[in-house]
Amino acid sequence: MFELNRKTIILSIALLALVLLPPLSIALDESYVISSMSRVLIFAMAAISLDLIVGYGAMISFGHAAFVGLGAYTAAILGFHFHEDIAMFSFPFEFSGSNQLLISLLLAMLVAAVVAAITGMICLRTHGIHFIMITLAFAQMLYYLFISLDYYGGEDGLVMLARNELPWVDLADDSQFYYLCLLFLVAYLVLSLRLVNSQFGRVVRGCKINEQRMQALGFNTYWYRLVAYVIAATGAALAGALLANKTEFVDPGLFSWHLSGELLVMVILGGMGSIYGAVIGAIVYLLLEQIFAAYTEHWMFFLGPVLILVVIRARHGIYGLLQKWWTANV
Amino acid sequence: MSEIVLHTDKLCKSYAGLRANHNLDLQLLRGEIHALIGPNGAGKSTAIAQLSGELAPSSGRIFFNERDMTSLPVHKRARMGIARSFQVSSVFDEMTILQNLALAVQAHHGHSFRFWSNINRHRSFNQQAHALAEQFGLEQLQDVLAGELGHGEKRQLEVAMTLAGDPQVLLLDEPMAGIGPGGSKNLTRLLDGLRGRYSILLVEHDMDAVFSLADRISVLVYGEIIATGSVQEIRDNPAVQQAYLGESEESAHAQA
Repeated sequence: MFELNRKTIILSIALLALVLLPPLSIALDESYVISSMSRVLIFAMAAISLDLIVGYGAMISFGHAAFVGLGAYTAAILGFHFHEDIAMFSFPFEFSGSNQLLISLLLAMLVAAVVAAITGMICLRTHGIHFIMITLAFAQMLYYLFISLDYYGGEDGLVMLARNELPWVDLADDSQFYYLCLLFLVAYLVLSLRLVNSQFGRVVRGCKINEQRMQALGFNTYWYRLVAYVIAATGAALAGALLANKTEFVDPGLFSWHLSGELLVMVILGGMGSIYGAVIGAIVYLLLEQIFAAYTEHWMFFLGPVLILVVIRARHGIYGLLQKWWTANV
Repeated sequence: MSEIVLHTDKLCKSYAGLRANHNLDLQLLRGEIHALIGPNGAGKSTAIAQLSGELAPSSGRIFFNERDMTSLPVHKRARMGIARSFQVSSVFDEMTILQNLALAVQAHHGHSFRFWSNINRHRSFNQQAHALAEQFGLEQLQDVLAGELGHGEKRQLEVAMTLAGDPQVLLLDEPMAGIGPGGSKNLTRLLDGLRGRYSILLVEHDMDAVFSLADRISVLVYGEIIATGSVQEIRDNPAVQQAYLGESEESAHAQA
């Protein structure tokens, strides 16, 4: 199944580099890199989840951050109730939060799925620019909702007293946390690749290319698009819950259109509709951000032209360029 | 041959006072090729769009096998066995011919909420898709992206996709549009090969194709059917000659 071609070689090198990053950065006494790369890996997951709908389903969501925010807040609120020992609800059973990572992640995905199903039912009645605006509107609604939730910190956000717990793994250790993120990213990447190449994936792609024809063929496109939307939301929530654990802090900014926009930029920069592209886009975007930010606080001024160049010169993003290179010479 | 598969009862569609279709009583018999002809703007595409479910009628009803399906959405009608092709090729440009056809086949095999197995390796869908490609002489091109096909081949794919899932009714909206005499002959031969197996409503401007294929013809003028009959009856109908076929056809007919 694995041929030794340029693609396999590059992917292996990339994976190896990511695996070796923690020991190397410790050896070089630059261990802060581990923590910031964890953030990159988490954003890569969120970008993949956005690519699932933007790149494969032509559902250009400008509110994807809402699901990152929901995931993050789910983890943070569960942790808050656990540490303060305050019941979240007492019927039909008493539940006062949790600090277990798996529970946080599952509930984060569940919350996002429910919200995505409800808002998606409305959003997906629209297309194109209207879809962009309505997803943005829902995300802004959540943004203001969480600003007004004084109980959970309101505008100031909510501090997580400690990272979640997971058997045999010490999440408080940055290296272990990094490997956990890497594991999740690789697993999510593989799952997403299976998804887009599945029977369901082909239907979603068909809806992107020509929805009218899909209906004429007999597909109820609305439901397929809705399920794709919900799946993408759960991925973003997974990333959000991990992000909350990483920073041990959440604030309503996670819901903001800035983050939604950044995720879109990552997907476009890396190459829409390729899954790998989302990962590349997240890595390149966040690294460029860090590099430019080290020199000037107006880093967006310098990042902007890079984006324009990529969008104009490489319509399929960085991954598209790589793909050209490894298919041309094999 | 006399069993009615699809019929409409006083089907009307108007846009802001403009009558696109008025009191259409169209009957499609099982196994026939029924051509719907008429000048540009007569409402042929509107009729197809109403039969396929893309346009809701202003009034009137549509029956399929005696069942009222006026309010059924497009995808349900397709699943019941009413397939349509489009006037402007409406294939999936970024997929290969085989993938296009396999997707059409897939539409008729249960739900597609299957998230794991690689669809490119789905043997049964691919086999059926390959058979369709073969039927339309496209098997050599089956791994070519639809977007890279020539216009004529795209038109063939367009029609081939309607046959997936073995529908009862084909609504073909100008299948010969823009393919030139050679391509038109080829497609006419292919459609002739479908005779009897499907009930076909054929909207077409290419009169050679219409006269050689149609069992019956309905003539639509200003949204109304002014005549229905055999090829000969339509050729001989003075109202049709005046309204549609024009003098050149009349003189051509006189010469023949």
